[in-house]
Amino acid sequence: MYKETILKKFEPRLDNILYILHELQDNNEQHYVSKEDLKLCADYLSVPYSFVHGVATFYTMFSLTPRGRNIIRLCDSPPCHLMGSGSLLDYLKNKLKIDVGETTKDGVFTLELTSCLGVCGVAPALMMNNATIGKLTPEKVDAILEERRKSL
Amino acid sequence: MNMVRNHVLISIDANTIIAGARAVEDALIKEIARQGLSQEIVVLETGSVGIEDQGVVLVVYPEGIYYTNITPAEVPELVEEHLLKGRVVHRLMLKETPKRFVITKEKTGLMKEQPRIVLKNCGFINPESIDEAIAADGYQAAAKALSSMKPDEIIAEVKHAGLTGRGGAAFPTGLKWEFASKVDNPVKYIVCNADEGEPGTFKDRLILEGDPHKLIESMIIGGYATGATKGFVYIRGEYELSIERLEKAIADARSYGLLGTNIFDSGFDFDITVMKGAGAYVCGEETALIESIEGKRGHPRNKPPYPITAGLWGKPTIVNNVETLSNIPEIILKGAENFKKYGTEKCSGTKVYTILGHVATPGLIETEMGTTLRDIIFEYGGGIKDGKRFKCALVGGAAGAFLGPDMLDVKMDFVNLREYAAALGSGAILVMDEDTDIVDMLKSVLHFFKHESCGHCVPCRLGTARLVELIDRIAASKGTSKDVEGLTRISETMKDTSFCPLGQSLILPVSSSLKYFKDEILARVQ
Repeated sequence: MYKETILKKFEPRLDNILYILHELQDNNEQHYVSKEDLKLCADYLSVPYSFVHGVATFYTMFSLTPRGRNIIRLCDSPPCHLMGSGSLLDYLKNKLKIDVGETTKDGVFTLELTSCLGVCGVAPALMMNNATIGKLTPEKVDAILEERRKSL
Repeated sequence: MNMVRNHVLISIDANTIIAGARAVEDALIKEIARQGLSQEIVVLETGSVGIEDQGVVLVVYPEGIYYTNITPAEVPELVEEHLLKGRVVHRLMLKETPKRFVITKEKTGLMKEQPRIVLKNCGFINPESIDEAIAADGYQAAAKALSSMKPDEIIAEVKHAGLTGRGGAAFPTGLKWEFASKVDNPVKYIVCNADEGEPGTFKDRLILEGDPHKLIESMIIGGYATGATKGFVYIRGEYELSIERLEKAIADARSYGLLGTNIFDSGFDFDITVMKGAGAYVCGEETALIESIEGKRGHPRNKPPYPITAGLWGKPTIVNNVETLSNIPEIILKGAENFKKYGTEKCSGTKVYTILGHVATPGLIETEMGTTLRDIIFEYGGGIKDGKRFKCALVGGAAGAFLGPDMLDVKMDFVNLREYAAALGSGAILVMDEDTDIVDMLKSVLHFFKHESCGHCVPCRLGTARLVELIDRIAASKGTSKDVEGLTRISETMKDTSFCPLGQSLILPVSSSLKYFKDEILARVQ
């Protein structure tokens, strides 16, 4: 029922679609927009399901598959790349034993790449859920992962 | 009345929050209270002061002393020594003061080092306080414009100032406004493009986080001049703090009657809505941005019709960048002639740059148009990190050009750089030292475009994919000289045939890297 409360926060106008999708995703325990969510959104805005699907898949901030409890989004734009995000990506992949876009077996972490986060002064940077963390080193990455695991 | 002895400004922006600015702020307030100084020392939040990699930054006034890399552990010492006993803690002070930090006070005359029009209040006022914005001349230009100027007088002033679009295209802003004002339609929109996606660019973010009221004021003026009564600011979904601060600023402006109906008793109604993006670089292109506001996939539209005649929901729409708009109040308040004192003959005013990569002090600066790359890197950026040598700089973001040592002394402005097949673009300056692998950098740029190509037109969708295949092969030392030729051929074709500037601009990084580093690239192939 709570999903209808989310929808009701916005007028049923098409220009609210990104806000609605953001809210649905943020309130989903698995951090994604489910098929059911897309259907709800389509009905609410009186547009075809395929239209909402098209919009949701166009924007990289939306995921249509379930994600882990923590989402790691490593910036791989040229400025972070120059400061060594490439080797950090390899480090993260090895450490978590997953590839980009995958979730660890225990469901704790999902690894993603993101475009420039606009904090290039402290490159290389990543976002752990909503927090941006910069000046990354393998040791710092270890500490961040450890902290998230402990907070389970 | 209490006498305030010291003001401590703490920079709260995306970079300093990462470094723990909130914890330092809490510690500072507690410690000041513990020492019984709460009546005489005021802690104020402000936006970025322009230092991006030195942790939490504090500025203590009236002395104008910068403390960097502050953690809660240092706070007791700082409060006791400096704020209680009046002794500067040299250990924590910013040692060498590069040119760009010398912005402490206008009256010192040192402002000449960095003329600040756009960033005038960033790092000085509390961006969450409308009263501070007003105290710093906020909304004065809007008051002047709405109460004593006619729309065409405003447009004439902006035209005369020679302000051009700072998003990269450098279209004359006054001309755009004039076209829009002449379109006969009762409904018009003004849209601020804050979808800052160009890699290495974070100027708009820091403007929004440091002085959101300036943008609101500029949009009021723009709306009044062109006849638009509704404004939209389209901000990247990742910029949570910018969205939060702008929304607060808009709410405050409404409660002060600066937005809404009959602003300044002029009979003019205007309001602004914030739109949140969801991660798509192509939405920085104005027609794609309009599609996105309408709630669709962010595909660029056919032009013409241009947004000026048929934009948002088919209505005339003016699209301006954050930095462009932020110049308007100064032009209105001090006049076009004053604005033209800055910059070059063809490009007046200032430009905000982000300096990053292998420089000693990465950060945000505003300098006159026509400043050379050498000055930006060596004066403002503190030179190359670790005493290494300059190799090149990627100027203008991913859609910009690599510039080598021969370009260091070229006066940079929108017109001049075009003559060198380069672009000022968004003002991002990514500096690379002598050890940088250019193939690897080009690979990163091309991968970025492949990911961000929206798939709407064939040349860009397929072109970016082919370019990535070629560069991956070259980077893995499995390519041939034919692959290197292929890079040029494909990006040239894309320039001629792509639907929007995204696909058209790959030629810049490709041809410029080949211009300077052909041998280095060829050495990687068989």
